[in-house]
Amino acid sequence: MKLKVVVTPKAAVLDPQGAAVRDAMQHLGMPEVSSVRIGKYLEIEVDENAADLEARLHGLCRDLLSNPVIEDYEVQNLGAGK
Amino acid sequence: MKFAVIQFPGSNCDQDCLAALNGIAGVGAEYVWHKETMSLAGFDAIVLPGGFSYGDYLRCGAIARFSPIMPSVVNEAQAGKLVIGICNGFQILCEIGLLPGALVRNRSLHFVCEMLTTRVEVADSFFTHGCAQGTLLRLPIAHGEGCFFADDKTLRGLNARKQVILRYVTADGRAEPSANPNGSIENIAGICNREGNVFGLMPHPDRACELRLGSADGTTIFQSMMQTIASGRARAA
Repeated sequence: MKLKVVVTPKAAVLDPQGAAVRDAMQHLGMPEVSSVRIGKYLEIEVDENAADLEARLHGLCRDLLSNPVIEDYEVQNLGAGK
Repeated sequence: MKFAVIQFPGSNCDQDCLAALNGIAGVGAEYVWHKETMSLAGFDAIVLPGGFSYGDYLRCGAIARFSPIMPSVVNEAQAGKLVIGICNGFQILCEIGLLPGALVRNRSLHFVCEMLTTRVEVADSFFTHGCAQGTLLRLPIAHGEGCFFADDKTLRGLNARKQVILRYVTADGRAEPSANPNGSIENIAGICNREGNVFGLMPHPDRACELRLGSADGTTIFQSMMQTIASGRARAA
């Protein structure tokens, strides 16, 4: 099973990289862009029959894949198609 | 006094730390490889040096915090021993939760490498024992992800409990935006934990322990640690 984890900076955290990309998009023909936030995207292949998968994955999303002080995360496709 | 300098794969200030500490009379510093699971009880203080542990993959310090030696570091920190994290070491201490907040990408998006001025905000901290409040320390920085962030509640707590030890200031000692090299909230350069025995800072005292390097102000911090240990205020070996 393939899982996707998306990690994004919390709203209160400055994202200078996103701001630079927003400015570039505005200059390159999309002045209507008002905000860009840059995060991380992880594709994870995992044996879906593993015990207690969801709880363990969320545990590592909090401890390793994201830093809850500055980031939010979202797991997609958990338990869905292959 | 015995100081442990933890070496992670990608540490690059471990030698600076060792040389700086061993250049101070009365200190014997030794490396401890991150894969060790030994107790660190035999050391008087622990140093997490700067560098790029694990290539800064994922986030700075995110993987190093799971190194086998880290439970021993946490044990000693919780027992009251002095732990100092410099640059990448500061990032590791935040990642593992020994210090609040986090270090994120510099506001300028640039790696910054320069000598600058910091101001001691707390005179009697375990790490600035010998300094009057407002003492200016010339220390170098070299980082791409040194912008200190903490949410409002955490920040209020840090200020109220006098956990902000160092701020970036102008040459004449004013903490204003022009003196802020990385966008850190309130010009914060270094903080300690509530108990005061764990200190993280982005500037490098290890690179400022000899006048021929441009400044010897870094020794103030290490000597303050020695005074704290000698006076019995922190747990020793």
